[in-house]
Amino acid sequence: MRMLGALFVILFSVGFKGYAVAELVEIEGGSYLPSYGLKTGSQVDVESFYIDRTPVTNREFLEFVRDNQEWQRTNVKGIFAEKSYLQHWTSDLEILQGQEDFPVINVSWFAAKAYCKSKGLRLPKLNEWEMVAMASHDKKDAREDPEFTKFILSSYEKPKTYLKKVRLEEPNMYGVYDIHGMVWEWVEDFNSVIISGESRKEGDDGLFCAAGSVGASDLSNYAFFMRYAFRASLKANYTIKNLGFRCAK
Amino acid sequence: MISSYFMKMGFGILALTILISVGLTEDFDDMSIYHLPSKWENQDGKEVVLSELKGNVLVVVMIYTSCQAACPILIGEMKSLEAQIREKSSGDVKYILVSIDPEQDTPERLKKLSQENKMSGDRWLFLRGTIESTRDFANLLAVKYTKISPVDFSHSNIISVFDKKGVLIHQQEGLRVDNKATIDKILELVE
Repeated sequence: MRMLGALFVILFSVGFKGYAVAELVEIEGGSYLPSYGLKTGSQVDVESFYIDRTPVTNREFLEFVRDNQEWQRTNVKGIFAEKSYLQHWTSDLEILQGQEDFPVINVSWFAAKAYCKSKGLRLPKLNEWEMVAMASHDKKDAREDPEFTKFILSSYEKPKTYLKKVRLEEPNMYGVYDIHGMVWEWVEDFNSVIISGESRKEGDDGLFCAAGSVGASDLSNYAFFMRYAFRASLKANYTIKNLGFRCAK
Repeated sequence: MISSYFMKMGFGILALTILISVGLTEDFDDMSIYHLPSKWENQDGKEVVLSELKGNVLVVVMIYTSCQAACPILIGEMKSLEAQIREKSSGDVKYILVSIDPEQDTPERLKKLSQENKMSGDRWLFLRGTIESTRDFANLLAVKYTKISPVDFSHSNIISVFDKKGVLIHQQEGLRVDNKATIDKILELVE
């Protein structure tokens, strides 16, 4: 299985027209208790998958919009991306010099999804992304490690972490870079986050179709809740200056 | 001689390119849901492309057939909107119920749901897409949903109103809320 994975990564790296494609790394499937489930005991099962080692960069996204004109700044439809789509670029096909290897930002969910699709990939699912994000450089699940949580939280407070080359920091134990400390990242099912009280004017969860809201049972993992609240606030055409993405398969 | 021949050919190709591109990209509003290219199946198992609905005011809700809690209330709300609008206007309005569970909600199940609730006739449309097109569609409506068991979903209760060009104009959120604003908006758009 691991051999196959390695072969796959190699094939993938050379498979596309020669230009740099973010390498994928295999993540072995497994189960974990998400922070919201610690009290209810609802396990999350994740099947084996592949995920990009780094967030998609400006350079990579430029190649994509060059080949897919409908995703260029002047052509994109408002319903799929807001006005601020790629506003950090100097024109439809020009990146500010020196920012080529910075993570691409100001991209909508529709645009991120289209990028991954064009490479035969998809966006990671929320549960997949969170599983990778639980790992520190030496532990698969570092959620109980106060240093790790402190590191994540402090990065959320740091301004302009998106103005940085990918792959400069130490990877986590999966070999995945910059999953923390750089940009927020789109996930395929970001709209599956339903926080009680949000668009629920009745004030009675029982009235809602099988109301399954996020119960705050693990306040120690504050970073996790910040990500959830952030995802819950997104709409698919939003483009935000610290929101990027990576692909999965 | 040769160069003018090529120039004419060049113009020809240019004209052709313009014609083709105009033909392919219909001039929808920047915010129109008709930009979504996905194909859907209706309650009769027939293929539906969203842009076929252009020219109608759309009243849209997302539901699933095995839902016991909120969906019957949402369905009742759709029926009440339809009845009240019908009294006041004969304009073109379509009432659309989109499944958030495309794996379970076959056209047969959607048909059954429409019959049980007496929602038949060409004003009523029940649609099933793929898992991907369903998520795209929900995201255009800012509808949140998640599968919480093999047969159940948790989802936001939103009725959305689109104008004749497919632009989202109004949303009614929650259950058993006052629908006057929604009715006024539909009547205004259908004029």
